[in-house]
Amino acid sequence: MSTKAVTPSVLDPAIMLPALRDALIKLDPRQLVRNPVIFVTELVALVVSLLWVQEMATGVGAPAFSGQIAAWLWFTVLFANFAEAVAEGRGKAQADSLKHGKADLFAKKLLFPSDETDLSSEVIPATALKIGDIVLVEAGDIIPGDGEVISGVASVNESAVTGESAPVIRESGGDRSAVTGGTQVISDWLRIRISTRPGESFVDRMIGLIEGAKRQKTPNEIALSILLSGLTLVFLIAVVTLYGLALYSGTDLSLAVLAALLVTLIPTTIGGLLSAIGIAGMDRLIRFNVVATSGRAVEAAGDVDTLLLDKTGTITFGNRMASEFLPVNGVDESELAKAVLMASLADETAEGRSIVALAKSDFGLSEPEAAGGETIAFSAQTRISGIDIDGRQIRKGAVDAILNFVTLDRTSAPAEFNAAVDRVARTGGTPLAVADGHDLLGVIHLKDVVKPGIKERFAALRAMGIKTVMVTGDNPVTAAAIASEAGVDDFLAEATPEQKLDYIRREQQGGRLIAMCGDGTNDAPALAQADVGVAMQSGTQAAREAGNMVDLDSSPTKLIEIVEIGKQILMTRGSLTTFSIANDVAKYFAIIPALFLATYPELGALNIMGLASPQSAILSAVIFNALIIVVLIPLALKGVAYRPIGAAALLRRNLLVYGLGGLVAPFLGIKLVDLAISALNLV
Amino acid sequence: MTNTNWQSYGGETTMSHLSQMLGLTVQNFVSAASGIAIAVAVSRAFARSGVDRIGNFWIDLTRATLYVLLPLAIVVALAFAALGLPQTLTGSVSATTLEGANQTIAMGPMASQEAIKQLGTNGGGFMNVNAAHPFENPSAFSNYLAIFSMLSISATVVYTFGQIAGRRRQAWALLSAMTILLVIGIGAIYWAETAGNPIHVAAGLDPALGNMEGKEVRFGQAMTALYAAVTTGLSNGGVNAMHSSLTPLGGLVPLFLIQLGEVLPGGVGSGLYGLVVFAILTVFVAGLMVGRTPEFLGKKIEAREMKLAMLAVLILPLAILGFSAVAAVIPAGLAGPTNAGPHGLTEILYAYSSAAGNNGSAFAGLSANSPWYNTTLGLAMLAGRFAYIVPVLAIAGSLARKAKVPPSSGTFPTDGPLFVGLLVGIILILGGLQFFPALALGPILEHVLMLAGQTF
Repeated sequence: MSTKAVTPSVLDPAIMLPALRDALIKLDPRQLVRNPVIFVTELVALVVSLLWVQEMATGVGAPAFSGQIAAWLWFTVLFANFAEAVAEGRGKAQADSLKHGKADLFAKKLLFPSDETDLSSEVIPATALKIGDIVLVEAGDIIPGDGEVISGVASVNESAVTGESAPVIRESGGDRSAVTGGTQVISDWLRIRISTRPGESFVDRMIGLIEGAKRQKTPNEIALSILLSGLTLVFLIAVVTLYGLALYSGTDLSLAVLAALLVTLIPTTIGGLLSAIGIAGMDRLIRFNVVATSGRAVEAAGDVDTLLLDKTGTITFGNRMASEFLPVNGVDESELAKAVLMASLADETAEGRSIVALAKSDFGLSEPEAAGGETIAFSAQTRISGIDIDGRQIRKGAVDAILNFVTLDRTSAPAEFNAAVDRVARTGGTPLAVADGHDLLGVIHLKDVVKPGIKERFAALRAMGIKTVMVTGDNPVTAAAIASEAGVDDFLAEATPEQKLDYIRREQQGGRLIAMCGDGTNDAPALAQADVGVAMQSGTQAAREAGNMVDLDSSPTKLIEIVEIGKQILMTRGSLTTFSIANDVAKYFAIIPALFLATYPELGALNIMGLASPQSAILSAVIFNALIIVVLIPLALKGVAYRPIGAAALLRRNLLVYGLGGLVAPFLGIKLVDLAISALNLV
Repeated sequence: MTNTNWQSYGGETTMSHLSQMLGLTVQNFVSAASGIAIAVAVSRAFARSGVDRIGNFWIDLTRATLYVLLPLAIVVALAFAALGLPQTLTGSVSATTLEGANQTIAMGPMASQEAIKQLGTNGGGFMNVNAAHPFENPSAFSNYLAIFSMLSISATVVYTFGQIAGRRRQAWALLSAMTILLVIGIGAIYWAETAGNPIHVAAGLDPALGNMEGKEVRFGQAMTALYAAVTTGLSNGGVNAMHSSLTPLGGLVPLFLIQLGEVLPGGVGSGLYGLVVFAILTVFVAGLMVGRTPEFLGKKIEAREMKLAMLAVLILPLAILGFSAVAAVIPAGLAGPTNAGPHGLTEILYAYSSAAGNNGSAFAGLSANSPWYNTTLGLAMLAGRFAYIVPVLAIAGSLARKAKVPPSSGTFPTDGPLFVGLLVGIILILGGLQFFPALALGPILEHVLMLAGQTF
């Protein structure tokens, strides 16, 4: 598994400079209207700027003060734009190279698609391709669009998408038939049926997800935006009505101070960082070499209740390995080991090699000289392999096949032998019988070896509140044994694609969210039904189309990282929202006494921060409000760290940091800014 | 029907016994019953899933009246009568006072109306001065009974919620949040009232007595504090002292309690669904911090619920601050308050808070019987009741349709002390942020001015 999650520094000039430019471009109200809080800030900044111009022209009022307020309001908007631009910039490098590769692609569309032999073609721009078109790609060509190989075998360099430079084989049929637009054929040729419209391919969707302007908001992001807009309205009411209440109290509040109060109260911090959080989350996913085709899926990943994991390759190593030799009929254990070593020397399967390895490591046997015996290769018909050497006929194979070889059956076999076979089967292993001529020597215990560390990962998932379910084609006995060894919560034995689908549906009806990964075409229905379906890049096109994420490294355990990234995005949003709202308390204590100090000096009692003057208090609050966005950009991009410590503990921790921190920090921050302003004599 | 019972009239002088009994007592029953019906509908939304029905309003209304309110009202009315509240159809009694003047003493079927007034958290008394009147609230015992009956249904509706939704622990958590806020409120009023008014002390009054202005000597500060906090926390609105005469900070508390949305434990039913809206906001903000999309009692809180909850939250500031700001600048509004300066502003704020919060208690001192105030207060009442109920029922409907998410160790637990603390925090901060500027210009300003020796 590759972990390319290297986070580039926020201060990287390659990202900073374009981001500064983009921040200005994003001032366009048509773009900004997508973000109501910042849009309101921009409107207010505009109004205060006009007020400043009017004050400059007429000489009435305090242009120096309103000018500074206006400037900082613009900065607030710019900082928010900058945060989004930086987040985009980090993902953009990858997207740009993908886009570049796609820029002027041409496709060789076959003129006679139904004729397998006639490969004559016309060259058309890749953007003119339609679903179902058959194209030819030859060595050196860039594949013009996502599709499925219908004939041919070729090696393809997919580094443009996966970052992995070793070429992969793509061929028709089987699990390696999917090709991605923008990747390059290195040798041979392929006939490909195009399966996506131009502009909707994998790479296009990936680009769309990291570009703020095109990005679709996720459901939770929409709900949060509604909360923020609602709060903005509440504060708008509070500020507008304050004008009337202040008039009653003999104070005519100026537009500039009301504007300052409004902008400091509305949740600009989270409003300005909200889209940056989402983009950075997608970007983090891409750095983990996972491409999501919708932001909704990433968010759903944070909510996942149940993980469906394939046993083979995910929980266990792909192959079964020999774990012990069980001699019968008084045969010595080392004698059995010696016999199976000889019988397996020519066996190149993984199981055969594991037998050799076990015999060598546990019994200290050395490689016997190839004594020139005649090896019997395994075949599906006989289900037996072995060696004829020195007049001995050593065989190993499936229990029934060996019993047949020694002309016995399960009822007539020695009880000791049957007991050994049953013991192996009961613990989830696969028994292999060993015979020498007509004598049974013993049983080899082949075992599914659970990957090291996987149990701990499942424990961590359980602490997150996620149930793990192992899916396997094994019989229930074997499945149960492995399930208990790996520490999964549940298993689905002898699973057919229909059973998988049914299981997912049943869980979903109980209100649970399901994540699964798969690569084969028969996984496609389940992948489509799951809330988070991760397809392997090495899998079939059908699987890739059905899932809503693609893992470019084809590593099934990555589901765990995906869940963590989903949770991080949600946590970062919640923490910064809490921080933003908690900030308002201090801002009130800065601004309210400042507003009415002239009329009621007694209200100075509320000036608990001891700010220098009403003007400096208001300006400090506005400056703090703008700067805090910049200060929090790195946190928004990096995300609040997720720890699998249970919801209550996590909440307590985040509340302490972002809730209490949000209450206290602005008191200190505003005071510091106020000291700086007074020292510089800005007001 | 809005369960407000703001009295611009003086009950005993302007209305006949028949109209008090038929017109007002029936209203007292029905408005409380409709509050219960809505609370029950909201509770069902959490119990059901995948349905688009949350009960029949008329059936619930009838059940609440027949099985809950009527039996309780009879018992409480008998208790009140036993404690000395008049229950008679005789008209006024004439008496010759010690000075020899002829005085007319108003009498009437008070006990029965008093019972449902308190049970239904309506608060419209038989007498103009409400529960400060010796006939409406003759003794310490009747005072306690009044407070007890005010609290009884509102608090038990929360338990009903837990019972219907199948989460009794959740009900206790909600009740704890209510209790904490209420106790803070009572404590604050008691502190402010016993600390007294330095001007009185300067005038030679015994500082040990605290502020007794406007209080019935038979109740004193402690019982006044209790009654004031409960009546405003509850959307009841009966008073046993004139809130206008509380010290500025003592007056701030009831005002703020109403502005918090009267959820402590609130009007019959309305307190519960108000608190559910706050709980939804709380889980939305805090729930995200555990790394899951927010859910409350297994129901996902999504954009639709958020939109409706924010709509409900907007009603109070709009009605209270909006009308107050206008009233504070136009002549028709300025004609209302009898006191000048911040105290006058507090009177205006209190009037609209009380109306929009469907409390109906008066701060006193505001002459509200003018076309401007009657109209705008009426509008505020309607907005505070119905503009709130509509989004709340819509939330209930939307939640009822959703599937229930089974809880896991990754789910944010909403029945523990952490949630209670958060809920209290969100209610205080959200309420505080909305109303702090207005309160700063009203009671807080008056307080600092009082300390400086200035009164209004």
